[in-house]
Amino acid sequence: MQDLLRRYGAGLTAAFIGLTFFWLVMLVILPNFTMLESSFRPYLAKVDEGGPLDTYSFGNYMKIFGNEVDFSVFGWVIPTPVRVKVFLLTIFYSAVVTVIAFVLAYPLAFYLAKIASPKSLPTLFLLLFVPLWVSEILRSFAWWIILALKGPLNAVLMQLGVIDTEIRWIAGFSPVIIGLVYTYVLFMVFPLYNAMQSLDSNQIEAAEDLGSPWWRTHWRVILPHAKPGIASGAVMVFMLSAGSLLVPSLLGSTTSGWFTQTIQGIMLDSQDWNTGAAFAFMLLIICTLFVSVAMRVFGVKLSDIAK
Amino acid sequence: MQKNRNFLFHLYMGLFLVYLLLPLFVMGGAAFNASKLPTIYPWKGWTDEWFIALWNDNRIWIAFRNTLLVAIAVAAIAVPVGTAAAILVNSIGGRVRSVLYGLMVAPILIPGVVIGISTLLFWNHLSVGSGLHLSVLGQVSYIASFVMLLVLARLQSFDQGLEEAALDLGASHAQVMRRILLPHLYPAIGAGAAISFFQSIENFNITLFTRGGADTLTVYVFSKVRSGITPTINALALLLIMVTLGMAVWYELSRRRKARIELAREAEGRRASEAEEKH
Repeated sequence: MQDLLRRYGAGLTAAFIGLTFFWLVMLVILPNFTMLESSFRPYLAKVDEGGPLDTYSFGNYMKIFGNEVDFSVFGWVIPTPVRVKVFLLTIFYSAVVTVIAFVLAYPLAFYLAKIASPKSLPTLFLLLFVPLWVSEILRSFAWWIILALKGPLNAVLMQLGVIDTEIRWIAGFSPVIIGLVYTYVLFMVFPLYNAMQSLDSNQIEAAEDLGSPWWRTHWRVILPHAKPGIASGAVMVFMLSAGSLLVPSLLGSTTSGWFTQTIQGIMLDSQDWNTGAAFAFMLLIICTLFVSVAMRVFGVKLSDIAK
Repeated sequence: MQKNRNFLFHLYMGLFLVYLLLPLFVMGGAAFNASKLPTIYPWKGWTDEWFIALWNDNRIWIAFRNTLLVAIAVAAIAVPVGTAAAILVNSIGGRVRSVLYGLMVAPILIPGVVIGISTLLFWNHLSVGSGLHLSVLGQVSYIASFVMLLVLARLQSFDQGLEEAALDLGASHAQVMRRILLPHLYPAIGAGAAISFFQSIENFNITLFTRGGADTLTVYVFSKVRSGITPTINALALLLIMVTLGMAVWYELSRRRKARIELAREAEGRRASEAEEKH
């Protein structure tokens, strides 16, 4: 702080602090605090606000219960409140998307970091970046076209004689998973690439010279080194998937509710902002938990993930 | 063995690129199909009617203008905020630094839905109604984090001795800032502005909850896709992909030109030093 004052003087230092304060307090801390506070208050008519009915309670959070439906987990049928089911399925399928994205991204990142010739790298990266620059909504729209009942995928498969009748792809969670993986897989590729690139190739050669089969080299040398990349890729993909509203709305069907869609319904259709705040807070909690668990499991710091 | 493995990897890379790019071609191709549904199969003949429909769609022009205005506003706020935050966090140490840094990075990890709702509720509390101005504020809250990270990374390679020297030679604080610190940060600031702009154009979640009644491009396309689907959106998508590709090609060409110039300069330098030695 002293250092700033000496270098830039009182005026500029005040400006730095003022701008940072505006950002962190007015745009981050206070809005989240307001959201937390409203989540405990009931949804009332304007006249009743501040009146005797306006008391703090967990009422909004309790609205996640009720409306029980059957939820079968590995053959066990458990009656579960429909919103709890949606919440759990969102977490589960986001984790599935994260795993698939990792499996797809790992060989690619390894190829980019260790096998591709350095000369072709910029061009390859450019080609990878093009879909990233095309907006998320168009990327899911593209899959909407491909997976449509009378769409190109069914047409090609029928031409090839693989299937006889059209398959209804847009059903259940699979189109949502396909869309999410397609949209977010690159967020796994780049952190993995960054991590692997810093690995000394001599270590791989040493392992091979000492007779290690390729899978053990990956398991004992490359994977451990790529840990920070895995952590940051997994965190990004999971958060983006769990928080995605576009992809599930476009590619989902009536049988695939996503928790963000529940929140959207409460906020925009029912206009019940306080309950919306409570549900948004639950989403925030689960994401925070995921980040902390990922940081603990992979032994990385927040600054590693932010890279 | 080695060769075999590399072949597999090359193949995988190729397949991955096809996987990434093919859907975009399918979507773009559908823009020329005379079919009423956005698809490339069955092919009902070439048409340009979707582009004309796009041109005549008034709402899309308004949405387009809104998107640009929001993106410019976001860049204009997020860049100074992120830069100031990076300079501030770089100048302190210890616990305060890690707390501040954590706060600054956290918005990247908050789901967009949550940012949208919290921004809406907070400003509503202060009697500021929803509208695109709230979308700007909501987007700044996480986009400033990207700018901060970029500028902070650039600050690591900054030699503070330069500032000392300037101060000793009688430069004013404003001069130190404008003539020494900022020029060093310009690449990061430029990259930050570009990222802010594109992130803002892309944004859907925050905008959806804070926009009030106004449309931006993503929100408009979303409503269009959900309700009456027409291939107009494919025409729009194709144009956007073309712009993206154009920028990518332009970037690649300018990178190659720079690399060539660099190479030529090196060769020139070598020749010069060789000539020197001969003398």
